[in-house]
Amino acid sequence: MKYSKLTAVSALSLATAGFGASAQAEDLTLCWAAWDPANALVELSKEFEAQSGHTMNFEFIPWPNFADRMLNELNSGGNLCDLLIGDSQWIGGGAENGHYVKLNDFFDAEGISMGDFADATVYAYSTWPKGSENYYALPAMGDANGWFYRKDWFERDDIRAAFQEATGRELAEPKTQKELLEIAQFFQEREIDGQTVYGAAIFTERGSEGITMGVTGALYPWGFKYENTPGSYDMEGAVNSPEAVEALEFYKEFYETATPPGYTNSYMGESLDAFKSGQVAMAMNWFAFFPGLYADPNTGGDKIDFFVNPPQNQAGSTLGGQGISVVAYSDKQDAALEYIKWFADPEVQQKWWDLGGYSAHNAVLESPTFKDSAPFAGDFLEAMGAVQDFWQEPAYAELLLAMQKRIHDYVVADQGTAKEALDKLIEDWTETFEDEGKL
Amino acid sequence: MTETPITRAARGTPPTVARKIKGLSDRAIAWIFVGPTIFLLLAVNIFPLIWTINLSFTNFRANRPNREVEYVGLRNYERILTDTDIWLNMQATAHFLFWTIVLQVLIGFTLAYLINKKFKGNDLWTTIIVLPMMLSPAVVGNFWKFLYQPQIGLFNYIVAFFTGKDPSSFEMLGQVNLAPWSIVIVDTWMWTPFVMLICLAGLRSIPDYIYEAAEIDRASKWRQFWTITVPMVMPFLMLAVLFRGIENFKMFDLVVQLTGGGPGSTTELTSINLKREAFEKWRTGYASAYAIILFVTVFGLASIYVKALNKVKER
Repeated sequence: MKYSKLTAVSALSLATAGFGASAQAEDLTLCWAAWDPANALVELSKEFEAQSGHTMNFEFIPWPNFADRMLNELNSGGNLCDLLIGDSQWIGGGAENGHYVKLNDFFDAEGISMGDFADATVYAYSTWPKGSENYYALPAMGDANGWFYRKDWFERDDIRAAFQEATGRELAEPKTQKELLEIAQFFQEREIDGQTVYGAAIFTERGSEGITMGVTGALYPWGFKYENTPGSYDMEGAVNSPEAVEALEFYKEFYETATPPGYTNSYMGESLDAFKSGQVAMAMNWFAFFPGLYADPNTGGDKIDFFVNPPQNQAGSTLGGQGISVVAYSDKQDAALEYIKWFADPEVQQKWWDLGGYSAHNAVLESPTFKDSAPFAGDFLEAMGAVQDFWQEPAYAELLLAMQKRIHDYVVADQGTAKEALDKLIEDWTETFEDEGKL
Repeated sequence: MTETPITRAARGTPPTVARKIKGLSDRAIAWIFVGPTIFLLLAVNIFPLIWTINLSFTNFRANRPNREVEYVGLRNYERILTDTDIWLNMQATAHFLFWTIVLQVLIGFTLAYLINKKFKGNDLWTTIIVLPMMLSPAVVGNFWKFLYQPQIGLFNYIVAFFTGKDPSSFEMLGQVNLAPWSIVIVDTWMWTPFVMLICLAGLRSIPDYIYEAAEIDRASKWRQFWTITVPMVMPFLMLAVLFRGIENFKMFDLVVQLTGGGPGSTTELTSINLKREAFEKWRTGYASAYAIILFVTVFGLASIYVKALNKVKER
């Protein structure tokens, strides 16, 4: 902790010294996941290079290896990255283990207000402990898990008639999770233009975080809670509540009755592939991919539309997205902070959104033109209003792997019941929190 | 004077070096030669092993270097040995180990026996057969994933051709009952050539005159096979089993590529589980105990096996 304080003090002194005239041009390295928004950030950062004289290098890691690679880097005190756009769940470990520079003094000195960013993103991406005003990151990329579908199929008269006949209602974007399943089941193994298509692509990946990110898309709308009282780690009756059991059974039914064959270990890439190849009528994925999907020449444009994760007992979407942090082991923290100052500028944030990044700045989100600026912009705003995130504890990786195992064992491997899976999950999590000294 | 390797080495020693070591005893010279090796052995093998044993009695986490480390006695060992999930991983490993070795030995020996016969294109066939073991496990894992794909995978279509089943009606990597076999098939495909090569070396080491003597004694081919070929190849075969056993006990990359340990934890072998504990959950103390248990298991089994191998050799 002493080290973090030192870095924070040095950050402040550098900040107050002023960045306008950089003493020397630095080679900065920014680390993030390899995906569409990363390319947009490369484009955006050219402006920073021109303004500051610094050179930006990028280290983009494919999602399945991102956490492994980056957490190893941080845990070993490596200085590969000067700036890191790390997953929201890493904030607890980043703060408590001294990996991230605390930014409060820097924000104060530079007049950067967290009040200028969407509350949900500040809470999820920047603060530790949760709800405090200790900031370790600037919201960089708002994101949530949403849905997209084949609008052209939904508009076809023959398909609409068949759906009406099968269900007694109009084929339209689902308003509840159960409607979502009904639509997916309707499309499952249906012949369209001589090809067999399937209901929906959902997340079932075992190795990293896939199935957890997918199943929480069902758990949150059913009212799932991690604790009875926030901060109490009292999970009995919350994690395995009747609503949670029902949601988990729902996800398993979805997997078994409405996904393509062989869809046992699938995440973002597989979801995109299934949709773009015309294999599925609907797919879940992160909003971050939606600009690319809309621009796709084969399945984008008029053929695609988007909707928020449907509610059931309540609205609820799984939070994605990340904040940008300065790595405490970097020896170029002054230049890294300069980048953050530049990135926080409302004009830069507007360009970020225009290029395909999801700004979390209120100046962008509250602009009267925002909702109409992209076909998914309104859905994004709606989703961000009801997001929930996984544990953000320092032991998050352990908590996540336990959930991956228990959920995959039940949903894909068909072992035990939903209640047993959630009971075992509580046992695993209890053991982790006991080891952490929190129980 | 008779020319020996030692005299040749002595003559080849530069005069400056020779002067320096002139006053040293043989024992001292021996230590000079052996010392670096012993130092390296201690530094990269023995010290880490002792350190791991030490860590296995603690609650140390490598991602929390500042956290106070407590000695927890045998608690890590107790937790591992009483964890039913870990026993399921052990069972998955045992299934994988047993069936890969059985299939590789049977197929490998058969191939070696056939390749050992003199026929046209013998060398070409040998090269073709050994190709799979030259590939990277990551590459093999990836392309077998495509072969196992229920909708477009060649494997499913071949099975469908012979059984009349719908190719997309079964999922080799996704079904609990099939996934353990899917990894056995791929490992067998990849590593049978290795067993074949070792068996081939064994077969080619049998002198022709033994078979000629058997022919003179009017021993049948069947009798020759069981009384000459099998006993004389047996030490080679046992060596192949030892190599494959140790390798497959540590199997990681191929299975991670194919199934990631799934569906559920059906193909989560101990090495995959250990990696998750050590480098994803960062329970370093616990993972050290886990590694020690696995090390003792492999070392114990290998020692018993090597003794049996030596007995077979002595026969």
